Amino acid sequence: MSDVPVITSWRLPVPGRVRGVLNAALGIAALLLVWWIGGRLVANSPGMFAFSNFAPEPALSRLWQMTLSGEVWAMSWPSLYRVGLGLVFAILIGVPVGIAIGRLTFLREVTNIPFQFLRMISPLSWMPIAVMAFATWDAAIVFLIAVAAVWPVMFSTAAGLRRLDPAWLKVARNLGASPLHQLTTVILPAIATDILTGIRLALGVAWVVLVPAEYLGVTSGLGYAINDARDTLDYDRLAATVVVIGIIGFVIDFICLKAVQHVNWVRES
Amino acid sequence: MVKSDSTDARLPRRSGATTARTDVSIRGVTHAYGHAGPPVLSGVDLEIASGEIVALIGRSGSGKSTLLHIVAGLLKPKDGAVWIGGQRVQKPSADWVMMFQSPSLFPWMNVAQNTGLGLRYAGQRAGAAARIAEVLALVDLAALADRNVQDLSGGQQQRVALARSIATEPGLLLLDEPFSALDIFTRRALQNDVRRIAQTLGLTLVLVTHDVAEAVQMADRSVLLAEGGRITADTPITLTEADRHTHSRDFQKEVTRLRTLYSEVAGMG
Ligand SMILES: Nc1ncnc2c1ncn2[C@@H]1O[C@H](COP(=O)(O)OP(=O)(O)OP(=O)(O)O)[C@@H](O)[C@H]1O
Ligand SMILES: [Mg+2]
Repeated sequence: MSDVPVITSWRLPVPGRVRGVLNAALGIAALLLVWWIGGRLVANSPGMFAFSNFAPEPALSRLWQMTLSGEVWAMSWPSLYRVGLGLVFAILIGVPVGIAIGRLTFLREVTNIPFQFLRMISPLSWMPIAVMAFATWDAAIVFLIAVAAVWPVMFSTAAGLRRLDPAWLKVARNLGASPLHQLTTVILPAIATDILTGIRLALGVAWVVLVPAEYLGVTSGLGYAINDARDTLDYDRLAATVVVIGIIGFVIDFICLKAVQHVNWVRES
Repeated sequence: MVKSDSTDARLPRRSGATTARTDVSIRGVTHAYGHAGPPVLSGVDLEIASGEIVALIGRSGSGKSTLLHIVAGLLKPKDGAVWIGGQRVQKPSADWVMMFQSPSLFPWMNVAQNTGLGLRYAGQRAGAAARIAEVLALVDLAALADRNVQDLSGGQQQRVALARSIATEPGLLLLDEPFSALDIFTRRALQNDVRRIAQTLGLTLVLVTHDVAEAVQMADRSVLLAEGGRITADTPITLTEADRHTHSRDFQKEVTRLRTLYSEVAGMG
């Protein structure tokens, strides 16, 4: 653009992959720095020094102990189980209904307003109803997760279907495809990216809803661990649990992203 | 063509198809779109012998695609019926396959998988790989079997569509202007190849086209579908293969003869 050497960005002058890793490390370091500064400010302010265990050093060393003792796994496993089960229900309902409303204009028009209405209700508003309707706390939480996760899956599936090229279905019928064949060899592969993108969004929402949902009667899981640490003034454990929640959420999202890229057949450029 | 010549002779024919009749009998086919739409086809009668190559010529909007969809079983006529090899057409079948103007390959499958679709729908797993290799050799695409179909040229994509159409060994191929989107050189090559393949396999071929020269190059007989959905001219084309390949003086004479006839009968040419 110009012959004058000006610094136009802070990108490091190393090629692709290495640069990406370095930039990611830079981001993590910045986050730790902000955390550390926050910890110092808290420790130095007279009214708040009781909370100084929120700082990175105590939290991370506690996290290390909790990892070694198996506590991290013990508190994550019930949460992962609830999110997984809730997601399974969301997929079992969201994908077929999404396909139906994507294919049938009538159904789409009838369900549009009710679904948009329901979608806008925070999943946590269902909490009292869930508690009454289900015999166990676990079931109530799974229900809340499913309610949160079903909409992204459903709407993403429906949107994918509306982009489906009808010529593909004609080609399949023409070669003797049964309706089941059309589903498995045309519709599902064509919209797999959309379904998985919906699942990725759904997992993000579900993971966020999970923690407050686990403040309900259960005595296991990450949300419970947060509540418990607060009640016992165990602030390094509380901060460590927050880190665990963040890391697991990140890993789940990353796996989803890889899955989306794997099934995506759309050519860039 | 060197590779394919060796495979032609040993292409396995299902159920002794060399003796199977794949004549086409179109009787009183009448169609209109919608409840009160204008008639698109009004009582079309046409007999096509087994192994014959018939060009169906007509102006845009004369109902050629409609007739072909009805023959393929992709569209139900308002009245009349179609018999293929003595069997009444009720629905699409891998025994008669239509090729469209756009190849509509499935971008989430490679060349070989696209080619094998009909075999997959028919549940023919045994020998499918060998069969796919054979038809790909026949259309000169053996080297591209593992390619992503999105990386192919338009002509190569249409060749894959041709391979896909003949993989199930149909007795009848219905071509709806499959070459019209291609450049002149690619089109000439494919026209010759399709005629050669049809003759080698003993296929009956119905070819829809706007182009009188294409009809003369490929067909044994040319049929004019005029406005109002009636067949108004039915002419045999008797040219040697050499004449068709070289576009000789006789070829040009035949083109002129048909153009004159069609402009007299239907004001086109
Ligand atoms: N799905 C449809 N719904 C309503 N009318 C249609 C439909 N398909 C075709 N038609 C009408 O039927 C008539 C015949 O159409 P058809 O596509 O069979 O013509 P064609 O001879 O194949 O034309 P072209 O050479 O342009 O492909 C046209 O007037 C067209 O507008
Ligand atoms: Mg047409």
